[in-house]
Amino acid sequence: MELIQLAVPVLLKGLWVTAALTLVSVLIGFNLGLGLALMRLSSNAFSAGFAKYYSNVFRGTPLLVQIFIFYYGLGEVSLVRNNPVLWWVISDGSRCAVLALALNTAAYTSEILRGGLMSVPAGLVEAAQACGMSRVLRFRRIEFPLAIRQALPAYGNELILVVKGTSLASTITVLEITGYAKRLMSQTFAIFEIFAIAGILYLVINLLLITITRSIERWLMRHESQSRHEFSAPRSEEAAAVSRGPS
Amino acid sequence: MEFGLWQVWEAGWVTAILRGAAVTVAVGLSSMVAGLLIGVVCGLIKWARIYPLSLLVDGYTSVVRGVPELLVIYLLFFSSVQFVTKVITAFGYAGLAESGYAFVIAVIAIGAISGAYSTEVIRGALASIPSGHIEAARALGLPGGRIFRRIIAPQMLRIAVPGINNVWQTTIKDTALVSVVGLQELMRISYIGANSTRHPFIFYLIAAVVYLFITLVSQAGFDGVERLLRLRARR
Repeated sequence: MELIQLAVPVLLKGLWVTAALTLVSVLIGFNLGLGLALMRLSSNAFSAGFAKYYSNVFRGTPLLVQIFIFYYGLGEVSLVRNNPVLWWVISDGSRCAVLALALNTAAYTSEILRGGLMSVPAGLVEAAQACGMSRVLRFRRIEFPLAIRQALPAYGNELILVVKGTSLASTITVLEITGYAKRLMSQTFAIFEIFAIAGILYLVINLLLITITRSIERWLMRHESQSRHEFSAPRSEEAAAVSRGPS
Repeated sequence: MEFGLWQVWEAGWVTAILRGAAVTVAVGLSSMVAGLLIGVVCGLIKWARIYPLSLLVDGYTSVVRGVPELLVIYLLFFSSVQFVTKVITAFGYAGLAESGYAFVIAVIAIGAISGAYSTEVIRGALASIPSGHIEAARALGLPGGRIFRRIIAPQMLRIAVPGINNVWQTTIKDTALVSVVGLQELMRISYIGANSTRHPFIFYLIAAVVYLFITLVSQAGFDGVERLLRLRARR
């Protein structure tokens, strides 16, 4: 009982850090990922190639290595050290963790969104073209809304992976849930109890995220309750099995 | 040289890194095997809905998949470190406690994580086997063991390969996390190298390249296996 009184406030302090890390890196990572997905699908061979290699490199190496390269490694590069903005990002553990997490999740997000965008039936895009919609308008009104419906379940899983990824920030001096949990474990030796409390906090975050994505999904799919069978886009293989590794 | 590329070569870090990579692959493979064993057993339990056990498996997969890997590793290491060291020293293998113990716990930890993901993959593969096949086998009067060996297992394997590929990729990347508790695998060696030469950039970059190499090679291997299975299915 005493242990719970000691551990819960400390771990709750970590909860806010975990939540903040997740939120900021998801916001950056989603936009980067959308950009990368568009680059990957563009007809420009250079940008398509860049997006492909970017996503393979970031998905093919452990997040821990990426975090260490950014936090310990980049400080050695004089170009970074002499640039005040970059140095501001690199010099602090939490900013560095956000950078690494955002770039990492961008790679996975780009694969998920690419699958979603590829599942948009070509006929709908052609119809929009025939109506004289500009590229931007077409993307905003036709392609993106359809793609995000397809991609949302997979993106929900990615969000949970980001939450789990924030735990690695504890290796570069950021005290979030895992960081505090490790410290408490070595202080109190009540290892299982601390694990259980920290685990419950993570499960609560994940449950919350699942609920949010489900309700967004339901809201986006609200038209389907009336006409479920007439207008469901065929689910492509790509969106169903977004590979976790380089393809 | 600015990034100490020469020091990496001169001080014999290359062999150390290669040894670390070998340990990484060994941990990855052993954990994957352990994880697949867990996955097949738990996947079958979950698929067949064997009542009290399936609740246990549900709890296991949702906890391990929802909680950060690092936290699971901390739990297993910290809770076992005193116990295991005592046992090993009592048997007179104090030296073994340094290297062998970390390896075993690492395999248990990563295997448990990989097992949770494998369970879901195997369960999904089992669920996509048409129930008519199993009913037909039952109607022919095949015994349960042979139904599993001849009907369920071959179909399950083929459907599960892409999922197992994904699990393997995450497993090999998760092995980097056991470096935080001291097993001398690729990441730990890079950490030691980075600290002793004060050239972290090149060491972590090399580590990234080696991990990338491992994942790309295994991706090619899995692509080959998938092609092989697809061909055989068509004939």
